[in-house]
Amino acid sequence: MSFVNTNNTVLLDPTNERRVATMERVGRPESLRGLTVGLLDISKARGDVFIDRLEERLSEMGADVRRYKKPTFTKPAPVDLRHEIATHCQVVIEALAD
Amino acid sequence: MTANHSTVPVLPDGLVIVVKRECETCRMVVPVIAQLRESGTVVNLYVQDDPAFPDGMDVVHDADLSVSWHHDIETVPTVMRVSNGVEVERTVGWVRDEWERVTAVSGLGPDLPAFRPGCGSLSVDPDLVDRLRVRFGGSVLSARRVDVADLEDEFEAMFDRGWTDGLPVVPPTEQRVMRMLQGTTRAPSDVVAVVPPDLVEVTVEKIAINAVMAGCKPEYLPWVIAGVEAVCNDTFNIHGVLATTMPVGPVIVCNGPGTRAIGMNSGMNVFGQGNRANLTIGRAIQLVIRNVGGGRPGEVDRATHGNPGKISFCFAEDEIGSPWTSLATSRGVAPDTDALTVFPGEGPRCVVDQLARDPESLTNTFAACLRTLHNPKSVLAFDVIVVMGPEHARVYADAGWDRERVLEELHARLQIPGDELVRGAHGIAEGVPERLRGVTLPKFRPGGILLVHAGGGAGLFSAIIGGWANGEVGSQPVTMTVTR
Repeated sequence: MSFVNTNNTVLLDPTNERRVATMERVGRPESLRGLTVGLLDISKARGDVFIDRLEERLSEMGADVRRYKKPTFTKPAPVDLRHEIATHCQVVIEALAD
Repeated sequence: MTANHSTVPVLPDGLVIVVKRECETCRMVVPVIAQLRESGTVVNLYVQDDPAFPDGMDVVHDADLSVSWHHDIETVPTVMRVSNGVEVERTVGWVRDEWERVTAVSGLGPDLPAFRPGCGSLSVDPDLVDRLRVRFGGSVLSARRVDVADLEDEFEAMFDRGWTDGLPVVPPTEQRVMRMLQGTTRAPSDVVAVVPPDLVEVTVEKIAINAVMAGCKPEYLPWVIAGVEAVCNDTFNIHGVLATTMPVGPVIVCNGPGTRAIGMNSGMNVFGQGNRANLTIGRAIQLVIRNVGGGRPGEVDRATHGNPGKISFCFAEDEIGSPWTSLATSRGVAPDTDALTVFPGEGPRCVVDQLARDPESLTNTFAACLRTLHNPKSVLAFDVIVVMGPEHARVYADAGWDRERVLEELHARLQIPGDELVRGAHGIAEGVPERLRGVTLPKFRPGGILLVHAGGGAGLFSAIIGGWANGEVGSQPVTMTVTR
């Protein structure tokens, strides 16, 4: 048998072999005054309590607050919702409850 | 190695005979080959092992077994008649009538017996076949090759690369992966599912690689493929099952004759250690989620405690001993069909009742235990699997209760007055809103109890496997048939 033998073990990569694209985060604004701030409620129980309070505080600071809500906390936000938030807001706060 | 091992060598016209010296029948037919050549017949003789065999004859040495492999030679001697490069007839071993028919020469081997079986071709030798499969079919594998250095321990290398679930894995070499792929008729490049959380397409090949690592045999692969498909969809929602802080993972319940064919355990110690099929099928599915989907503990997996079943929690239903239709059949799969059901489950807990000899009493025990699932005051939010042990099932069988009756009686006993469930009742803050006081609420939604028969023959015990956020907002059990 004319097989080439080496001692090296060759393994097959079990991963998705992806190179994850990295994106620069937008710079932190000096002030929230006049900016549109999105508040994303992930639909967990009592998350709205936290977000209501945030809305109050942010409005006092002069931010234009918009509320968004995921249909269920168990699944990623639908792509249309993500697009809507990205289009309308300069700043986003995603609240997790538990 | 030469360039392209997957090219099929064209056979020359005339007779093609493949032999090896090691085979007694091949040695016996040497005079017949000589007789054919003397008769003016074109005989192209290929020898697998020793190019000096048969002594003094012109032969082609099939040194790399390329001719034998590509032309599916399983037995030597094999005699083929080839016309315009195409095989038109074939016989194997020594059967005088057959040789005379294929060669169109009569009076062959007059001194030989009429019949003698051949020997196994070197191209199907168990010691060589894995290497040959890689050599001639390895180009079907498209995964990146990872070289492990001579001085590197391959087991440690796999830990270092983050490929394992914390236990050692079997190195996924080309030979092992090609052997694994023999377990399915599907092409390695077939896309099976899109795997969360990274939402990456997974091919049969990638599943096979992870199945090798998990320790699967090739015959388990169809179950792994079906399991991956069953969890990776919006209905089962493996993303949520992975990301939740609750201690759940996919629990895989297998049904059908295939479970017995591959030696799955449905009996004694059914959730425990010791059965390769149970443990490695579940593990392979989890490795796919980890390695292909990118779902790792501490990253997207946010479980507060997790549970040991997140390494693997897979078992078969005991259908032979069951008084009832199987879980898969109850979920719409034809009887005696291979299928699996995936359920987002925590670890199993035991239900003990050693005194009940009538079904009412036993059902009361089950209802009382089920009432406490996750919280005695939680209702409708979670499904459950009840794994009925054979000694408990016998109580129902003796009383003539079928699956539907058992479930009906359980649901009937799990209708709970809202007064007991509202927040603050029994000194427990957890509970339903005050407005539901006075309303009767079921512990489980309709269909929320899945009944399975499994476990050892001795012991008046059963098990409960609690679920996770159910329905469209969370996860629904998914049943999928398994095909090779």
